[in-house]
Amino acid sequence: MTETSQPVRKGVPIWIQVIVWAALAVLMVIVALGLKRSQQGTVAPGDKIPDFTLTFFDGYTYQNQPQVNLSDLRGKVVILNFWASWCKPCEEEAALLEAAWKSYEADGKVIFIGADYVDTEPEARGYLAKFGITYPNGPDLGTKISQFFRIKGVPETYFIDANGVLQYVQIGPFSSEAQIRQIIDTILAQ
Amino acid sequence: MKKNIFALVLTFLLAGLWAGSALAQGKTPTDDDVNAVASQLFCPVCENTPLDVCPTAACKQWRELIRLKLSEGWSETQIKEYFVAQYGARVLAEPPRQGFSWLVYIVPPILLAIGAYLVFTTLRSMRKPTPDVAQVSVGLETTVDDDDLRRVEEELKRLQ
Amino acid sequence: MFATFGYGVLLLTFLMALYSIGASLFGYFRKDQKWVESARLSMLLTFPMLSLVSASLIYLLVTGNFNVKFVYEVTNRAMPLYLKITSWWGGQAGSLLFWSWLMSAFATAVTFRKWARDREFLPWVVIVCSVTMVFFMGLSIFFENPFETFWQTMDGQIVPALFRPTNAIPFTAPDGQGLNPLLRHPGMIIHPPMLYLGFVSFVIPFAFAIAALATGRTDDRWIRITRRWALWAWLFLSLGLVLGGRWAYDVLGWGGYWGWDPVEIAAFMPWLSGTAFLHSVMIQEKRGLLKHWSMILIILTYCLVIFGTFLTRSGVLSSVHAFAQSAIGPSFFTFIFVTFVISVALLLWRWADLKSENQMTSMLSREALFLLNNLLFISILVICFWGVIFPLISELATGQKVTVGPPFYERATGPLFATLVLLMGIAPLSAWGHSTIKTLGKAVWKPLVAATLAMAGVVTYFLLNRSIINDYFPYALIGFFVVIFSAFVTLYEFWRAANARAHAQNENIFLALWRLAGRNRRRYGGYTIHLGVVLMAIGIIGIEMFQTSTQRTMKIGESMEIAGYTIRYDSLAQFEHTDGRWVTRAEVSVFRDGKFLGTLAPRYDLYPDGQPMTIPGVRSTVVDDLYVLLVNWEGVNAQVAPFKVYHNPLVNWLWFGAIIFIFGTLVAAWPDKDPESVAVSARKPRETVPAGITD
Repeated sequence: MTETSQPVRKGVPIWIQVIVWAALAVLMVIVALGLKRSQQGTVAPGDKIPDFTLTFFDGYTYQNQPQVNLSDLRGKVVILNFWASWCKPCEEEAALLEAAWKSYEADGKVIFIGADYVDTEPEARGYLAKFGITYPNGPDLGTKISQFFRIKGVPETYFIDANGVLQYVQIGPFSSEAQIRQIIDTILAQ
Repeated sequence: MKKNIFALVLTFLLAGLWAGSALAQGKTPTDDDVNAVASQLFCPVCENTPLDVCPTAACKQWRELIRLKLSEGWSETQIKEYFVAQYGARVLAEPPRQGFSWLVYIVPPILLAIGAYLVFTTLRSMRKPTPDVAQVSVGLETTVDDDDLRRVEEELKRLQ
Repeated sequence: MFATFGYGVLLLTFLMALYSIGASLFGYFRKDQKWVESARLSMLLTFPMLSLVSASLIYLLVTGNFNVKFVYEVTNRAMPLYLKITSWWGGQAGSLLFWSWLMSAFATAVTFRKWARDREFLPWVVIVCSVTMVFFMGLSIFFENPFETFWQTMDGQIVPALFRPTNAIPFTAPDGQGLNPLLRHPGMIIHPPMLYLGFVSFVIPFAFAIAALATGRTDDRWIRITRRWALWAWLFLSLGLVLGGRWAYDVLGWGGYWGWDPVEIAAFMPWLSGTAFLHSVMIQEKRGLLKHWSMILIILTYCLVIFGTFLTRSGVLSSVHAFAQSAIGPSFFTFIFVTFVISVALLLWRWADLKSENQMTSMLSREALFLLNNLLFISILVICFWGVIFPLISELATGQKVTVGPPFYERATGPLFATLVLLMGIAPLSAWGHSTIKTLGKAVWKPLVAATLAMAGVVTYFLLNRSIINDYFPYALIGFFVVIFSAFVTLYEFWRAANARAHAQNENIFLALWRLAGRNRRRYGGYTIHLGVVLMAIGIIGIEMFQTSTQRTMKIGESMEIAGYTIRYDSLAQFEHTDGRWVTRAEVSVFRDGKFLGTLAPRYDLYPDGQPMTIPGVRSTVVDDLYVLLVNWEGVNAQVAPFKVYHNPLVNWLWFGAIIFIFGTLVAAWPDKDPESVAVSARKPRETVPAGITD
């Protein structure tokens, strides 16, 4: 072949090499971050939860306000429950959550909040009425809150302590009211 | 001939647009009206499934929601905006043309232009004078040797 | 027992592949053929060994050994035998083993070729193949072990593990979960194997490319050796994509065949770069140009194969096709990283050796048009890649999830595909080396006139049927014109050559065509593929631009209209199928102009695990498909059922074109007695080869 008869051996200019390697590095970093994100579970206990705002459905209030900021709830244990009306397992725990809420409501040290994950309002209202839910509930608009918690599905429940630090994560429905109370009592006792 | 086709094309394009805008409004929305909106939206929980074909119970609820909004006289754009506000930008079939998402539309044309430029310059630099049009050679050690001439002649012969 | 055996053999094969790598490297650097030969023999054994491993797994699947976790996950007692076997690739762990097994088939096959002329490639081919296999077997061994069995511990928990945990007793589940119903369709049974075959068979050309770079023997020898491998790889990949489309059309019940889902695109991307490679290789062989480019393309193709597999299996992208989230992500990422870095480094290192031997003589020469073709394929690839990766970037940058869906891809790639088809028409008419406007014009005008006349017919048809004209009409006209022009060029090329031969050899034209194609299989196989693409394009224009649909809830006896058809709801039956699914089956009568055309039976199957499936009733003709679905069925009232009907014009041309396409690829790829030596002896000195005489 004519292979060996080349008079000039032109390598790749350095700046092109730099571009090639940089592009490769950027791609790898993106993929690595994406992978890390997908491998991460939900927000883990011990993490400080930043502020978010939940606007309630009509008819629900917290201290006569139609919305609540997490930062307003410092000093209380917050139980944040993600649910949806199309979610069958959510129905299993709805009554348990309401019962648990009733037993802590008077005390004022614990607050339950329901965040309705990608749902339709008429059905969501129907669900809340059906299970007689009294603690404040609102739609997770634009899935902002659930994306922050990196929820994997519904139902999921997050227990945030008085300092705004996540203490416990429940994936899937609760099996009994006692289970909920036990978790809350542990946090209260700290 | 080609110009005629183009004129025809234009005529029908306009005709098509006119027919499209004359959609029926008001009254009870039919399944087709619902599907027309739903097909442009994606299911917020199942990945990459358009709302009009998604079989889950949740999607059924969303389709009913579209029907409700349509019967209240909402326009397609309003419904889409409502869905984005409720469930985030991922319900749209394409990223919204704003902010960071502009990148998705800008980057491919830029890369394509760079690619086209690279190919063009490569062609230019590889090109050498053709036998009939003698030019100054652009680039490397180029001489028109007998082999090249013979090859070109044979090809010309074959084409005749 | 069989689980342990299978795992043991798998481990042994893994060690042997590691040995192959070591022995090959040692032999290469010591210049000692004995070690390389030993590595070759060791690699030769991988296929028989992995076949043993696979046989053990199949035995466990077929006998319903629910002690094994994988068997429990993908089969159950009610499944028929063939599904028990094919559930092998119905889950992550099994399909990874399946991957390794297919890969080993190619690795073993490549050891059998005559290495006499190119001994120096052997160690590197062995290394690349073995490294790939070591990686995939490693995934099976360390992360996704299909032989894990269930154990019951002292506290009553059931845990999957390979070896017995302390104080645990074996646990056998009474019945398995069964295969995902979506995966029970015949299309889904052969679609993944074809896709995997396409994926793994690209490893061989890649291995030779790396061998060429590593040894510095960068002439086009490696391309001559691997072009047929690449053609086969491409054939399997094409088959996999087409079958996947057909499966979606038949089973997913959304009236289409391609949804621009990230996972579909992940399989499509290596096909794009592979197609570009097949074309660029031709320029390199004919004219000695673009050596860099062919090398880049094959490396890109392999990387995309691995990257696509990674995206599908690691959970980075979420998609309907994706496997459940898994632990293999990080190791896959490492493998990709290493592959990319080594390939790019080798390429940059040898860049200077890959200089073109020739010059481009004309902007209209065939090589120039091929280059343009490559630009278009790569542009489509870039768009696809960007669309797939953008949601990831967006989520990382803004925390907001976005969807990049069909409208984006269709708008961006549509014009490029149309240009490609146009180019497909022009390129075969231009000569290698030199073409001018004049020569090209001379060759083009006949098909152009014919296409224009045919277009007049198309326009007339639309004028007579104004009701089907929609917003897409102008694009459709452009599309039809391009497609018809390309079809005429291709047919004209066939006819011209056959006619010339018929006159010269005094044969009848069909015999002449047959012999001609037999002598230049690659050329005429290629043209047949082009013809297939053209036919597919007709189908795609038809369904993409003229699909209509309508939905209505009907009482028995009521009817609905679409595209001139009347569909009457006749009856509904509900019953339990033997395999446990609850079937709701409607019957509708189809009429056109009052004439009864037949009965269709759309179905709604509910599987015991709650997964629904909507199976369309389809009336399929050359002109159109009537695709009737029983939708959103909630089992409310048997007297009233909601139907959705799609009218898909011309869609059958897509499937028919695909068959022609595959046939053409087979013609081009079918093995000669000794392809490599035939290719070499038949090849005249490059500079004097006129276009189109040899293949």
